[in-house]
Amino acid sequence: MAREGSFKHRRRFLTGFVAAGAASAIPPVRAAEAQAPKPPSALPPNARVAAAETQVANELPPNRIGGVPGSDFMVDVLKTLDIQYCPANCASSYRGIHESLINYGGNRMPEFLTCMHEESAVAMAHGYFKIAGKPLMTLCHGTVGLQHATMAIYNAWCDRVPMIVIGGNDLDAATRPPNVPTFHSAQDINALVRDFTKWDDTPVSLQHFAQSMVRAYKIAMTPPYGPVMISLDAGLQQEPIKGRGSEKLYIPRYVPTAPPQGDSGAVKEAAKLLADAQNPVIVADRAARTPNGIKLLVQLAEALQARVVDQGSRTNFPRTHHLSAPPSAISGADVILGLELSDFWGTVNSFTDNGEHGLGHNSSRIKPGTKLISISSSELLTKSNYQDFQRFQVTDISMVGDAEATLPALLEAVKSAIPAARRGAIAQRGEAAKKAHADDHARTRQAAAIAWDASPISTARLVMETYNAVKHLDWSIVSQSGNVSNWQTRLWPIEQHHHWIGRSGGFGVGYGAPASVGAALANRDAGRISVNIQADGDLMYAPGVLWTAAKHKIPQLAVMHNNRGYHQEVMHVQRLANFRSRGSNYGGGMGPVGTRIENPDIDYRKLAESMGWWARGPLKDPAQLAPALREAVKMVQAGTPALLDVWTQPR
Amino acid sequence: MRAFVLLLSCVAMSAMAADAGKGKALFEKNGCWQCHGYAGQGGAAGKTLAPKPMPFEAFTIFVRNSNGPMPPYPKEILPEADLADIHAYLQSIPATKDYKSIPLLNQ
Repeated sequence: MAREGSFKHRRRFLTGFVAAGAASAIPPVRAAEAQAPKPPSALPPNARVAAAETQVANELPPNRIGGVPGSDFMVDVLKTLDIQYCPANCASSYRGIHESLINYGGNRMPEFLTCMHEESAVAMAHGYFKIAGKPLMTLCHGTVGLQHATMAIYNAWCDRVPMIVIGGNDLDAATRPPNVPTFHSAQDINALVRDFTKWDDTPVSLQHFAQSMVRAYKIAMTPPYGPVMISLDAGLQQEPIKGRGSEKLYIPRYVPTAPPQGDSGAVKEAAKLLADAQNPVIVADRAARTPNGIKLLVQLAEALQARVVDQGSRTNFPRTHHLSAPPSAISGADVILGLELSDFWGTVNSFTDNGEHGLGHNSSRIKPGTKLISISSSELLTKSNYQDFQRFQVTDISMVGDAEATLPALLEAVKSAIPAARRGAIAQRGEAAKKAHADDHARTRQAAAIAWDASPISTARLVMETYNAVKHLDWSIVSQSGNVSNWQTRLWPIEQHHHWIGRSGGFGVGYGAPASVGAALANRDAGRISVNIQADGDLMYAPGVLWTAAKHKIPQLAVMHNNRGYHQEVMHVQRLANFRSRGSNYGGGMGPVGTRIENPDIDYRKLAESMGWWARGPLKDPAQLAPALREAVKMVQAGTPALLDVWTQPR
Repeated sequence: MRAFVLLLSCVAMSAMAADAGKGKALFEKNGCWQCHGYAGQGGAAGKTLAPKPMPFEAFTIFVRNSNGPMPPYPKEILPEADLADIHAYLQSIPATKDYKSIPLLNQ
């Protein structure tokens, strides 16, 4: 009788369910079918749903839940959003949607990627976006799993990277399983990350979920980009779909929001300042959201023959261009245009951690009277707890808007504002910039030559041997550069958006390895080779991501920058010891106690091999690098992730 | 004036008596390599110290009084003789190749 009752319930449901289909007997929706259709604003039934509605219900197999699980409808919603992957660590609180994704949804769009830590899953989504320009979703246990995920979400927040984090949570205290699942439940799991997500919601019905999910995607993908959070009730996932009278479930169509642009009056005012300037300098941090942003910035720089300092949270400007300049270029500027700067104060001021009474001291990097212009969408963010907005900097013109979206108008305004009499001087400025660029490049190469044959291997040698091994391929650097003295961005011919993924945003250590795997996933799908200069300390936060890469056949060339220590931290301890006029306790090692990763030395070759990677090392002689790299690149081209453990100089 | 001459003489004597071998060990023991690299090549965290280090007098004044990114090293931490040995080590580091002779830096 119960089974019969279930059938009756299903038949009732099928008459009231428009947008999403129902039964496991019907094949999962194909990717092509899941493409967002054109108007009307609510999606019509797809082929599978239409079949479900017209076929006789008794062809559908019975089940114990007495209907179609709510999480099947959730999967239908997800499929309209073109989300390719779902890196996640499995957890009982989202078992309903997990089961629907892999069985009902056919494990496609999104494909579930098995991760060994929630922080890895989120950082993979972070790295993926930096290459693909599309957000991923991740699922996590709403309490302990989300707690694991938080640092990576904070990095994404600071780096203005969109992603959808869905946390499972069992809200109903009367029905949820006692003991462990109850330990893992909370009234409001989103509270944990509310300070560093753009938006969150806790849908209490399936229709609510459909609205929340599309809204979440839309908010995440509207500049300033950012992570969003949805708390997903376990009961809502697992219970059968219930109709609400004649009201039918529908999936709202996703329509992208046009990015905000700078005010037209402010744009003209800024253009006049730039056109009249003797030495304008452009500073860009997250200006190029897309490859088109680089083209626009090149056009603006060339129109003004203004040098460009790329602070590098994205690849904003070709490093090979004669207008590409080091940070010191701002010292002689009379007008500075800051585009999506994460720290305008830190751009025009310096802070030295070496002042009286153990406090730092500040000094200006620019001339008095230099005019400052800011275009930034981050001013739209009003969260106040975490201090990612940095120190307050007064600017002369401040535009709230997306820099890339504002650049076309600014470019036209600048062209109109340049008086004919200034064109000769602007051209001369360009000639001077060509010489400065060439001189700077020569100095950089000479600096790279120092300790070229040293052992441990110099970071400049490491980086250039690696470049030599991949330069004939379509390469992409999927690691941040800071820990190897920025040699990659100083010496590699970085010109395209995918050539370098930029930094982590929040500088939370442990981002590097998983972000590289996420970026490599996007590069794999684009047919590129991914190069990761992998720091040792970073890898050891969650090395299980190596297994995820091997499991899901995500190749990359990982070259270890194994300096056997936390070198960012070494000098903090030494500095304080010096201030206090006492020697630092090295404990018989090579650095202050607590900052070294040695005795025993970690065998990264064995670590990587144990997780399905091809690996070699440790390499200590620079002459060993080239042959090992050749072999490794062949493995990567064959689809196998490869790691070389290289003992390096500290920076 | 006499005191200044005396100081310079002491500094010069320290430099003359310095031992590059001991200096290398002290360069590592005192953590100089952590920012400047084992060969004093420098990088994002520290300036290039070698080859051709600054004169010992200027080196001493800088190490003792730095108000830049490097914290000052008082004598209690780094005695004068040790500093002279470190300087001798930096002086012993051979000149760098011209980058034009390194194919990987010319591609």
